[in-house]
Amino acid sequence: MDTVADTADPRTNYLNADYGIRSWLLTTDHKRIALLYLVSVTIMFVVGGLFAGAIRLELLTPGPDLVQSDTYNKLFTMHGIVMVFFFLIPSIPAVLGNFLVPMMIGARDLAFPRINLLSWYIYVVGALFTMWAMLTGGVDTGWTFYTPYSTVASNTKVITAAVGIFITGFSSILTGLNFIVTIHRMRAPGLTWFRLPLFIWAHYATSLIMVLGTPVLAITLALVGIERGFKIGIFDPALGGDPILFQHLFWFYSHPAVYIMILPSMGVISEVITCFARKPIFGYGFIAVSSLAIALLGFLVWGHHMFVSGQSVYAGLIFSILSFAVAIPSAVKVFNWTATLYEGSVSFQAPMLYALGFIGLFTIGGLTGLFLATTGVDVHVHDTYFIVAHFHYIMVGGAIMGYLGGIHFWWPKMFGRRYPEGWARMAALIVFIGFNLTFFPQFILGYLGMPRRYHVYPPEFQVLNVLSTAGASILGIGYLLPLTYLVWSLRYGARVGANPWGATGLEWTTPSPPPTENFPRVPVVSEPPYAYDRPAAPPYPEPEAKVA
Amino acid sequence: MPELGAAAVLQEQLAHQHQFDDVEQQREATSLGMWVFLITEVMFFGGMFTLYVVYRALYPEAFAYASHHLDIRLGATNTTVLITSSLTMALAVYGAQVGRRRLLIGALLVTMLLGSVFLVIKGFEYHHKFAEGLVPGAGFTYEGPDTPHAQLFFSLYFALTGFHALHMVIGLGLLTWLVLGARRDRFGPAYHSPVEICGLYWHFVDIVWIFLFPLLYLVGFHLH
Amino acid sequence: MSEHVVSPRVYVGIFVVLLVLTAMTIASAAFDMGAMNTVVALAIAVAKALLVALYFMHVRYSPRLTWLIISGGLFWLVILITFTLSDPLTRGLLGSATP
Repeated sequence: MDTVADTADPRTNYLNADYGIRSWLLTTDHKRIALLYLVSVTIMFVVGGLFAGAIRLELLTPGPDLVQSDTYNKLFTMHGIVMVFFFLIPSIPAVLGNFLVPMMIGARDLAFPRINLLSWYIYVVGALFTMWAMLTGGVDTGWTFYTPYSTVASNTKVITAAVGIFITGFSSILTGLNFIVTIHRMRAPGLTWFRLPLFIWAHYATSLIMVLGTPVLAITLALVGIERGFKIGIFDPALGGDPILFQHLFWFYSHPAVYIMILPSMGVISEVITCFARKPIFGYGFIAVSSLAIALLGFLVWGHHMFVSGQSVYAGLIFSILSFAVAIPSAVKVFNWTATLYEGSVSFQAPMLYALGFIGLFTIGGLTGLFLATTGVDVHVHDTYFIVAHFHYIMVGGAIMGYLGGIHFWWPKMFGRRYPEGWARMAALIVFIGFNLTFFPQFILGYLGMPRRYHVYPPEFQVLNVLSTAGASILGIGYLLPLTYLVWSLRYGARVGANPWGATGLEWTTPSPPPTENFPRVPVVSEPPYAYDRPAAPPYPEPEAKVA
Repeated sequence: MPELGAAAVLQEQLAHQHQFDDVEQQREATSLGMWVFLITEVMFFGGMFTLYVVYRALYPEAFAYASHHLDIRLGATNTTVLITSSLTMALAVYGAQVGRRRLLIGALLVTMLLGSVFLVIKGFEYHHKFAEGLVPGAGFTYEGPDTPHAQLFFSLYFALTGFHALHMVIGLGLLTWLVLGARRDRFGPAYHSPVEICGLYWHFVDIVWIFLFPLLYLVGFHLH
Repeated sequence: MSEHVVSPRVYVGIFVVLLVLTAMTIASAAFDMGAMNTVVALAIAVAKALLVALYFMHVRYSPRLTWLIISGGLFWLVILITFTLSDPLTRGLLGSATP
């Protein structure tokens, strides 16, 4: 295995340890695999974003002038499938998690590096399958694949898409499995559970959800394929089945899936808030345990997607009460992050702007979730734009802001380069404004009764739709900016040393970029996390570093 | 009589991958990884078991009469075959633990043989079902109460046993890999994680069948 | 997973018990005991699965974390089955959400 090179040798980090495409495609270094994922999920994000753009363009006018209903059905289906399965689920865990989990716990790599690489290949194969489905006719069932439409009536590429998602699910399962074993067995000496960074707690909880939930999605999609392919009855009411059972199995995964999407983001926020408030986090234990609570409770609430499906009212009652309960641990986090800011020495670098945006937008998304958990309200706004706005506040206002914040925060560590701070702050602001302009009107539209998944709407809804589309274009610019300046910074960004932010955490004790083996000697941990209040806390800002 | 390979073999067995601190950590991590994987398998089959539980609760008569069409002798034989294969698999692991190479290889081969017997019998059963028109779909011919819901039973029967058989085939592949490794002296008292974890997988597949047998074959047994 | 070496005699003993339990489950299924048929069949299946897990899979000699993982997984399966089952079994009990 590679040894850490002599400092006189320019090959000192994981980026230049080896050259050539084979060294990347056959790597087992978790940091390189993280970058492979970074490229793949970015590509899929652009694909999903293009679908979103087409949707918003169609919705500029009340009539069906850009596309017909069949095509529109495919657009929102494919937007959902790509964004959920190929961007939101993998993004933070596969990019930031893969890069940082071993480093944060003082390990040389994950427990199973080859399985890590395998998970990336599985992701790519699944993505290609799904892209194939989209290029050869598309899918129009909604990302939710409800039966019997998906198994009997739809004449689109349901099976191909289902196979693609089935395959990609294993990427998720293997990533989660790797994290669980790594965190249990490979922590550095002295790194007890309650000294772990909250990013690790978040990824541990996320991994539990990944391994417990994703297999149920896998079997459900397999059964959809079997029912459709062999024309047998499992969910099809005409052949004796119960279509609501499909929904139960589907949402058993897909509700916890939203916690897969948000928990890692919350982990990022915990790291960023403490660093840019220069304060230990408030209520570390509560935040750590709340991650596990979200993972557990998140599995008990899936029926709140099915209040009007024909599910029994009794079951709906139970799911509703439990959905209120699952909001509590999330609220605990929001309170604790806010309390961390109180009397902190707050600075507003780009990662912090994203984190602050996260707290506000996630709170709105979460509170509207409580409205929806109330069965009496949900009956009226189910399948309207209120729902669309709710989950985009969490997924975009929450998860994606956390992703971008994390990318910016750890970018100097990953590449040894600063991004241009001015541009980054402006981009964060543009994203924030664009996001709110896109999705706040949708709360109103939904409340007023505009249904989702329709390519036409009554003319009185047009003004709000135009606002939303305008917001979407601003949001798009907001996303293009980081894409541009981050790539620019790879070549022209100022070089940094080990700890440009003066942050606590083992990953900041290594050079930027880190060597392949991460740590020349196994670190020993004897301090609590986030020791910003100790005299030995890292200085900020770090004195301008010598070139690495 | 322990049959260890040469010193070089021992050396290879004592090596550990670079991300681990020592062999013990590697062994623990590997085992933990397989157990987590088995839990994913529990949830995978769990989806189908859920459908079974719900539909049987709703349509008990249909399920009982449909189940009566399965050949309980073949089911019982297969159950015995699989339980025996679990015994031989456990003996194979024992062989690796105490360095008895011939026992290891022999037990692995017998396990594979029994697994193949299981699949052959399963193949016969599927063929019978096809011939009797009990495969759900266009050609489904069934005489008994509540045909649509009886068809659900058969859909679940094929889904459950089909995925189970698929896992058996994968298991046979894993065992082949183990036999090849065992013949090259890769496994011994110092290093036998792969044998242990493939054993765990094999036993798990056995446990799934331990539940499938009563749930699929014995529901309507008392009906004559 | 421990390095505890289980004697082949134990394995063979467990094997015999498993065969006996299999015979018992077939025999008991021949009688119509109503709802008890299912209970007995599942109880025997659980017993067999426990024996395979504890002895063949060495769970009896495994660290606590293994026990935690197994119980956690089974608990999750129970959640899936019971919550899903609660819907079709209670439809119509409290009226309907859609008139």
